[in-house]
Amino acid sequence: MTDKSHDPNQMTGAAMIVRALIDHGVQHVFGYPGGAVLPIYDEIFQQSEVEHILVRHEQGAGHAAEGYARSTGKPGVVLVTSGPGATNMVTPLTDALMDSIPLVCITGQVPTHLIGNDAFQECDTVGITRPATKHNWLVRDVNDLARVLHEAFYVATTGRPGPVLVDVPKDVQFATGTYHPPRKSDVHISYTPRVKGDATQIRKAVAMLANAKRPVIYSGGGVINSGPEASKLLRQLVEATGFPITSTLMGLGAYPASGPNWLGMLGMHGTYEANMSMHDCDVMLCVGARFDDRITGRVDAFSPGSKKIHIDIDPSSINKNIRVDVPIIGDAGNVLGDLLQVFKAEAKKPDIKAWWQQIAQWRARNSLSYRKNNDIILPQYAIQRLFELTRGKDTYITTEVGQHQMWAAQFFGFEEPHRWMTSGGLGTMGYGLPAAVGVQVAHPDSLVIDIAGDASVQMTIQEMSTAVQFELPIKIFILNNQYMGMVRQWQQLLHGNRLSHSYSEALPDFVKLADAYGCVGLQATKPSDLDGAIKEMIAIKRPVLFDCRVAALENCFPMIPSGKAHNEMLLPEEATDEATAKAFSGGKALV
Amino acid sequence: MNQPASAYFLEERHDPNETHTLSVLVQNEPGVLARVIGLFSGRGYNIESLTVSETESQKHLSRITIVTTGTPMVIQQIKHQLDRMIPVYRVVDMTLTGSSIERELAMVKVRGGGDHRVEALRLADAFRARVIDATTESFVFEITGNSSKISQFIDLMRPLGLVEVSRTGVAAITRGPEGM
Repeated sequence: MTDKSHDPNQMTGAAMIVRALIDHGVQHVFGYPGGAVLPIYDEIFQQSEVEHILVRHEQGAGHAAEGYARSTGKPGVVLVTSGPGATNMVTPLTDALMDSIPLVCITGQVPTHLIGNDAFQECDTVGITRPATKHNWLVRDVNDLARVLHEAFYVATTGRPGPVLVDVPKDVQFATGTYHPPRKSDVHISYTPRVKGDATQIRKAVAMLANAKRPVIYSGGGVINSGPEASKLLRQLVEATGFPITSTLMGLGAYPASGPNWLGMLGMHGTYEANMSMHDCDVMLCVGARFDDRITGRVDAFSPGSKKIHIDIDPSSINKNIRVDVPIIGDAGNVLGDLLQVFKAEAKKPDIKAWWQQIAQWRARNSLSYRKNNDIILPQYAIQRLFELTRGKDTYITTEVGQHQMWAAQFFGFEEPHRWMTSGGLGTMGYGLPAAVGVQVAHPDSLVIDIAGDASVQMTIQEMSTAVQFELPIKIFILNNQYMGMVRQWQQLLHGNRLSHSYSEALPDFVKLADAYGCVGLQATKPSDLDGAIKEMIAIKRPVLFDCRVAALENCFPMIPSGKAHNEMLLPEEATDEATAKAFSGGKALV
Repeated sequence: MNQPASAYFLEERHDPNETHTLSVLVQNEPGVLARVIGLFSGRGYNIESLTVSETESQKHLSRITIVTTGTPMVIQQIKHQLDRMIPVYRVVDMTLTGSSIERELAMVKVRGGGDHRVEALRLADAFRARVIDATTESFVFEITGNSSKISQFIDLMRPLGLVEVSRTGVAAITRGPEGM
């Protein structure tokens, strides 16, 4: 028998968890204590390498970790207790799964001998979160813990990134076992994500691009997830080919909004030029996007005349919604690098002058225009002013979900990747405020603004308390129209203007609420007040709740009604009652 | 103002459903079957038959055989979705290999006397079913074969006093010397 008492790798499960976090370079953990994680909290208390950010609700911890991950490219880490702690994490885990955000969630569990007994604060965490994670583990033996934790980080951050969960019973946290640092053999040999694209397919794609007459590049969140290098390569490809480029909601910032080839966002609330280019193109290059229903509109009328190239790291994204001609499985950055190299060596910029002339005509429709108003703040105007007044600053934007989110995507120009955090796939109201907390933790000196709605913001407003405690000067810019605006817009368009429960009867006074939380409350009610108030907000180095009173009944256009094609957009000036009724006929059953 | 209709001729696709048998090699760890079944129920795929057992205990490998139906696009999705699960090693579409053997085993209980009893025995013989239990008023037959043969046998037993059936679901393997 060897004496193990002096082996530095002998430690409790709780100590292993903290040690593994340190070994993976984790500096911040978002969490909330409870009975089943007390041993881990005891370890956190006794060290200073990992900082714990105490939230006010576990959902807040999850979204904060998402914001942290999205703005840094590193995995976000969450620590919560068993039972309600775990069930409260289901929303952020699903959100991260839909948007491919790397999260590592560690949950406490009741002791192994109580599992299955309906013990206090017990739930089947791995069962509940199985469809909400990329993978999850229940660790029953302390000697498996190190391997599982290392595998968890690997799975979360490689391939198509996503959330993972490790459930650790309390007796395993107390038990002593052997820790080992991360090593290759920690990972399932069955997990082998493909990074490099097939050379033959890339050659085929280049040939298609070189002969295109009406090409368009459609990029998505995969380019952002791949890292800053992928965005650089995307920009070089646009320059080398001279092609127009549009992007999904998740992909904003990969190509700069001020770039000459930028068409604006595409999809349900995308620009006219972006959607018409998608519809009429002859070659489409999709990079790191997944032909989501908010992008395609009517599937059988989606870009009917084009050959489609699809670069994606996840083979299950290929041919899921739309049949493509040249699929390339691999990491967006890696494939873009190869593609660019082959294009530069073997092809020359195709002549697409006629196509650009066509696009110029579509651009001239000015689909994002809105009527100016000197008395009431229009939400579009508020975002435009926010954008102008933060230009050149080191700014990060998060959003909630709804009309304000779409206006932010339309009117706030993003020049760089990792600057825009929004809940795209799951559409989680309440995402933006805690996400801003996470972004500010990662970037303490930057300007972090949550563009919010009055309804969404109340879903996670308790996290203002977190911001105050940790001195995180987040700015919550609420476009307050006293409605759940997007719900109301759909009720107006599809449900005979019967505004069923989409009006907030008893909104809090956000300025007083800010006061109650110990942060700063500001309000703007007139267009003439707006610039001054925004400047004041930016200058304050504390958390701010900004109550921006905007036109109550403004709706978000342009819009592709559900079930319609890209060339059946409804533009703002055309949205008369009659045209609207016609455009929306038959789409009621769709989401 | 009228919105323009789509300017292009739209070709509607009505792909027929196909039945495919998939062999899935997985790490035998807790929850792996729940993951596979959850994938099918969560994404609305069909399971016609599902058979699972550990096949190499040293390597902790299990083999799951799934018979499913769907359009070619859905079948392709199912394969990709299975393949991206962490504990899944390989997914092989046995139907596409074109040279796979499929077998199912069933135990069929029949109760009756007189002519029915004689007839049941005669048919069992024709189907190469074995008698694995007998009383003066019942038989249990064991029958092995492809699923349609077993279904046909069960249909024939029905008027002769069929009591109940236990089927294993389909197991499949490719012909020739190569493994999956």
